[in-house]
Amino acid sequence: MAIWLTKDSKVIVQGMTGSEGSKHTRRMLAAGTNVVGGVNPRKAGQKVDFDGTELPVFASVADAMAETGADVTVIFVPPQFTRAAVVEAIDAAIGLAVVITEGVPVHDTAAFWAYNLAQGERTRIIGPNCPGIASPGASNAGIIPADITGSGRIGLVSKSGTLTYQMMYELRDIGFSTCVGIGGDPIIGTTHIDALAAFEADPETDAIVMIGEIGGDAEERAAEFIKANVTKPVVGYIAGFTAPPGKTMGHAGAIISGSAGTAEAKQAALEAVGVKVGKTPTETAKLMREIMSGN
Amino acid sequence: MDLYEYQGRDLFERHGLPVLAGGVATTPQEARSIAERLGGRVVVKAQVKVGGRGKAGGVKLAEGPDEAVARATDILGMDIKGHTVHKVMITVTADVAEEYYFSYLLDRANRTFLCIASVAGGMDIEQVAAETPDRVVKAPIDANTGVDEAKAREIVAAAGFPAEVADQVVEIAVGLWQAFVAEDATLVEVNPLAKNGDGRMLLLDAKISLDENAAFRHPDHEALVDQAAVDPLEQAAKAKDLNYVKLDGEVGIIGNGAGLVMSTLDVVAYAGERHGNVKPANFLDIGGGASAAVMANGLEIVLSDPAVKSVFVNVFGGITACDEVANGIIQALALLEQRGEQVTKPLVVRLDGNNAEAGRAILDGANNPLVQRVDTMDGAAERAAELAAAGV
Repeated sequence: MAIWLTKDSKVIVQGMTGSEGSKHTRRMLAAGTNVVGGVNPRKAGQKVDFDGTELPVFASVADAMAETGADVTVIFVPPQFTRAAVVEAIDAAIGLAVVITEGVPVHDTAAFWAYNLAQGERTRIIGPNCPGIASPGASNAGIIPADITGSGRIGLVSKSGTLTYQMMYELRDIGFSTCVGIGGDPIIGTTHIDALAAFEADPETDAIVMIGEIGGDAEERAAEFIKANVTKPVVGYIAGFTAPPGKTMGHAGAIISGSAGTAEAKQAALEAVGVKVGKTPTETAKLMREIMSGN
Repeated sequence: MDLYEYQGRDLFERHGLPVLAGGVATTPQEARSIAERLGGRVVVKAQVKVGGRGKAGGVKLAEGPDEAVARATDILGMDIKGHTVHKVMITVTADVAEEYYFSYLLDRANRTFLCIASVAGGMDIEQVAAETPDRVVKAPIDANTGVDEAKAREIVAAAGFPAEVADQVVEIAVGLWQAFVAEDATLVEVNPLAKNGDGRMLLLDAKISLDENAAFRHPDHEALVDQAAVDPLEQAAKAKDLNYVKLDGEVGIIGNGAGLVMSTLDVVAYAGERHGNVKPANFLDIGGGASAAVMANGLEIVLSDPAVKSVFVNVFGGITACDEVANGIIQALALLEQRGEQVTKPLVVRLDGNNAEAGRAILDGANNPLVQRVDTMDGAAERAAELAAAGV
């Protein structure tokens, strides 16, 4: 069953005709995702061929949903146009919008998030600046490589892209129900807590890996949530123990100033609620392996 | 990007907010001409991106141009908490009767913006916030509706600003919000927001952070970068579109993806604890499609750091194909030789994921004595640290 994305999900791509959009549409199709079309008002009515699969281009998200029954959109448009693209998806009340685009101004993200709230939060937004969501063997919405691991019973939620892939690879013999890359920007649509709650409720997930990194207090808040709400075992990994204060390490969110947001603080918060935290990705995978073999 | 106070003052002035007349000087002579232009008594303030400069002696009064020169001479070159003072701001003086606090900032936890306001402003605001939190108002701001006059009145009333300044503070709150949005700021902090002896409100200090993701709609923000303060290797990396941060260790790091590279720094530091306490020398994320040219640029930057004794290339091929990365490394070394650079530092390479087998075969086939292949992240970190310790 997995969370948020299943084999029944019908996926459209905003920005499908662009270079990133078309490259990853091809990959999503190859991974077995039910991609049903794309959106580009200037190319509406055209068809695009992806190795034998012809996908229609629609003028708007609403048109695409009306024609195809799509319930997921993956957004690859450039940062200048991301706000408008997400607002369009929210207006169409699509169930899930996965925003891959990197470099979105935080005022734009804050604006589309506030808009989503004002509309009653009908749309789950993942990202921006994220690798997307994959339910191995069922569907793949975003840029997470589909061939790293098969399906299994571990749930994964992570701020970072390549660390997600590393963890999937480490535990590929056990497999994953769903892997969610929530992105490392200061404002994101789906948080660790949202994913933890969904994994807790998912009968096909037995245990959860949570990957965080320095900056903000999302991991600390996730720890509180785990204490009150999560009964399934959780293992954690935090990147950035040796990052010097005040330097941005690539992700806009991965910046620490003063004592708040340090890796030590996050580790301590997680361990205080019984989450085992690995020192390295490999050690974290080992902790999860012990849990899964004990089941 | 964090701005200096003088850049903040200029920004406020451009947005029609009330600030003191002033200018910025890098030499005592420039300080003189500004003091002459302003006339009368002036304040000379060290420009550093760190708090506590007043207590460190970085803010001085001067009675006219001669004293301004003397105070600028004292302050320029001063060290404040590890920051050398290269610039001073000269302003006319204010006759401060009251000090308040006002800011807008990003509230990550609540995924919106926040206004923080207090009538107990000044140097001890953090103490006020810790000891008497009820004297500090925190008001969430909806990103779409923002701060209009009604919202500003709500904040001003909640914070308890005195009636005689309320209208002025409302106007400033609205103007400051407009500047915050127009400049794509993630922080604008005014402390103190002062009431002058004549009853006029003034923004006497400015802490501003701008969102670099929004640079595409602010071509003017590029000019605010303090090139002198940027590490030369970081500058060279930026010119080549590489995401590089200089650190203090001996093991050069190249990886793909910010999270994986941060994790690599940690793993190397742990390994270093067993090998002469060597540490990572840098953060370098080569991102997605790591072509030979990108790898060559990355290697060139990392190898040109004299502190680097070994290099750890840590790649997990997601979209990136490891055979391309392997080719990139081999070609990069050849390219560097062609450019006349003698590469003598050992490289430890770990490739996993997409086409890892092919990538490893390419490295083995190239038979370059400088390149060592280790197939796990922890093992490769151990080897890189060991080599760095041996080369120190």
